[in-house]
Amino acid sequence: MTLVRQLFSFHTVQQLCIVLGVFAVVATACGSDGSSGGGVSASGDEAVESTTPEAAATEEPAEPEPEEPEEPEEPGSITLVTHDSFALSEGTLAAFTEETGIAVELLSSGDAGQMVSEAVLTAGNPVGDVLFGIDNTFLQRGLDAEIFVPYESPNLANVPDAFELDDQHRVTPIDYGDVCANYWISEFGDVPVPTTLDDLIDPAYADLFVTENPETSSPGMAFLLATIAKYGDGWEDYWTALRANGVVITAGWEEAYYGEFIAGGGIRPIVMSYASSPPAEVLFADPPIDTPPTGVLLDSCFRQIEFAGILAGSENVAAAQQLIDFMLTPTFQEDVPLNMFVFPVLEGAALPEVFTDHAVIADDPLIIDPATIGANRDAWTDRWVELVLR
Amino acid sequence: MGRLPRRSAAVIPALFVAIFFVYPVGSILWRGIGSANNDRVRQVLSSDAFAGVVWFSLWQAVVSTVLTLLVALPAAYAVARYDVIGRNAFRAIIIVPFVLPTVVVAGAFEAVFARFGLAGLRNTPWAVLLAHVFFNYAVVVRIVGTFWEQLSARPEQAARVLGAGRTQTFLSVTLPRLRPALGSAAAIVFLFTFTSFGVILLLGGPTSATIETEIWRYAVSRIEFDVAAALALLQLVAVVGLVVLTTRTQKSRSVDASGVAASNLRRPRGSQRIFISAVVASAVALLGVPVITLIERSLSVGGGYGLDHYRALGDRVALLPVSPARALTNSLQYAVMAAAIAVAVGTLAALAATGRTKFGRGLDTLLTLPLGTSAVTLGLGILIALDQPPVDFRTRWWIVPVAHALVGIPFVLRGVLPALRGISPGLREVAATLGASPARVFREVDAPLAGRALLVGAAFAFAVSLGEFGATSFVPRRPETTTAPIAIFRLLGQPGDVLRGQAMALSVILMIVTATSALAIERLHKNSDGLL
Repeated sequence: MTLVRQLFSFHTVQQLCIVLGVFAVVATACGSDGSSGGGVSASGDEAVESTTPEAAATEEPAEPEPEEPEEPEEPGSITLVTHDSFALSEGTLAAFTEETGIAVELLSSGDAGQMVSEAVLTAGNPVGDVLFGIDNTFLQRGLDAEIFVPYESPNLANVPDAFELDDQHRVTPIDYGDVCANYWISEFGDVPVPTTLDDLIDPAYADLFVTENPETSSPGMAFLLATIAKYGDGWEDYWTALRANGVVITAGWEEAYYGEFIAGGGIRPIVMSYASSPPAEVLFADPPIDTPPTGVLLDSCFRQIEFAGILAGSENVAAAQQLIDFMLTPTFQEDVPLNMFVFPVLEGAALPEVFTDHAVIADDPLIIDPATIGANRDAWTDRWVELVLR
Repeated sequence: MGRLPRRSAAVIPALFVAIFFVYPVGSILWRGIGSANNDRVRQVLSSDAFAGVVWFSLWQAVVSTVLTLLVALPAAYAVARYDVIGRNAFRAIIIVPFVLPTVVVAGAFEAVFARFGLAGLRNTPWAVLLAHVFFNYAVVVRIVGTFWEQLSARPEQAARVLGAGRTQTFLSVTLPRLRPALGSAAAIVFLFTFTSFGVILLLGGPTSATIETEIWRYAVSRIEFDVAAALALLQLVAVVGLVVLTTRTQKSRSVDASGVAASNLRRPRGSQRIFISAVVASAVALLGVPVITLIERSLSVGGGYGLDHYRALGDRVALLPVSPARALTNSLQYAVMAAAIAVAVGTLAALAATGRTKFGRGLDTLLTLPLGTSAVTLGLGILIALDQPPVDFRTRWWIVPVAHALVGIPFVLRGVLPALRGISPGLREVAATLGASPARVFREVDAPLAGRALLVGAAFAFAVSLGEFGATSFVPRRPETTTAPIAIFRLLGQPGDVLRGQAMALSVILMIVTATSALAIERLHKNSDGLL
């Protein structure tokens, strides 16, 4: 017994060394792995030597193999990488397969931010061929990391120019949605409903507003960008005033909408949400209602545009191009609103009734170009944290 | 005799942890550190804000662990010593917080705070501590309780006869004998809370940050992988240190676990009944109130109550690629696989580690680490490491249950090890001398004595998998394989009472499934007539 005990105390120190040693060995092994595999290089964030097999691959669309749509390696099948909010009606992608013989395998992970982070990390050896769901607030990161190869879809002809944010066509706009303050209509009466961003810092609207932390929430980031787009350098004063006016900050949309906002039993009647939230309130109401209980503060709307792009390293570029084309057809575009609660970019795409009845779209939404966002995003959020949370 | 097979049992767990944990996590650390912008990393690590983050991470984990032990030990004692109606049901039901998505629990806590006039608790460290006790109560009750039940009550009786008071008996007789199980449970709770993510973000308020949430912030929100990797390495070193420390407390004493029987159980009398009632009341207050809030929300339909949200679970909502019911089926399949893997790997590792060899102990430490590793590190690691033949696994569907199993293994291992080590080596030697093969020694000696602990571990591994969100969300998955926690999160991602009602209904079903499964898994022990 004593021998065992002695051995033990001697071993605990060794044990720590062994575990860390194993890590060191494996890490070294994989380090050499990485550099030979051709993805990584030195220096910080971006840095990808693109030795990608270019679009030169094949012009021939791959052989149709409709019998085995499950097998990702099979020619005639491509993989669409997306976030967990992606959804389509059954049959939408089947229509594409029927038309082209190309089966589409879906892979989703996390939210948009997580997906972009993963795409940057796997640059050069992506998990799929096409990425859908990177928006203008994250776009520059993807472009900087060179994760996309250019493709100009002929179907872009029917998309308004305002949606095309990359002149090299490394990404293609697919849908858009506005992030806007929503208010609970019945809470307003004596005080009129808010109509401008300035109303939110008016003492008449003190302690009514809840929004999200831009570091942890996509609508939170959109609202920070909205204030910067609107007030320029004055955004810092705006947030100082907002704080003085009793704004509440939550980590995510769920706690803001379901925790603080009236809709979920909270007490605050103004929340940062989406332009598509009122239609959702009608569509998923219980018991059914005819008009949404919420309205949209159009002056606060920041436009998020979602893009798709062909991933550098894809070996199915021709098929990937066909998929991008398909995403700009009415079949795909008209399926998007009710599944993802965003709006189609295609001119003339029909909207479902619940959207035409209850959704409002800002004529002149706030927006900042992706390069400016990319260059300042971290500095802005750091400053925001100092101003609002400290 | 028996030495060699026991050692070779280590091969499978070692390979498993090397491929699915050490290699991916090592890769991500290497990638980050290798490309480190050292000035930037140094700037982050040396800032006052970061010192605060490290302090808060440790503080909340230590206090959460101590509080959980204090709150749960009386209950562990009650289930270990008293034969009360509903004892097994109690042990099964307390496991349900494990499967509840944080976003659902946070919502329930906030509703409870509001209802009982505790709104001041919101966004404070106290809310974090409370939630951590809520989530980890079962770990202490089940691991310590199971071990305690198998300890003979005679030393305590002897101490009392010799004139020791209750307190003195507990402190100087019971507590030392419980140390292996206490160490196991405390280590698990500490690792869980040290790497807790959702609770910190959702209940701690926007200013609270831990190393875990910072890793996520740098890796996902800022795409500064080098800083994230440095933080992940720091977290790993802290976790390794702690695990090594607790394996030490586990080892220091071998306990006489003879007298394994329910004979220690007795019916409560007089003041003991008051004690039992107090235990039940505190469990209801802590676990029951938020859970009842959930149930109420899942049943509330329009102005009244009904089962509409439950009936709707079979239909696909537009936002989800599959129906909520299908997501639940997916989760169950994953959980069965994850629990099976965890039991297989965990048992082999426990056998290898019982021998107290250097290798065995290293393996024990290594297999416990996933519990203390951030989901971001593991998820991103799998993505960049398991991406080429012969280990091109990152988009395989089974990588999800494998990742879940990594977190489940420590429960099996840490549950079984104290029990196995408590078996006197003489018992095995006698069996071997009488001609039993190593396999037979395991079947006839180890399995009956450690089987109960094994099943407790299996139930945890099952529940951990059912509720896992973090690592799952990082792995690229086919939408048809959406799990229940991810479906719940998606349902709560759009306005509408119908969606929220369904999210609550799915959460409640997840809880019921978990409690029933935990009960069924432990029934295996009784029905197998001592074989397991």
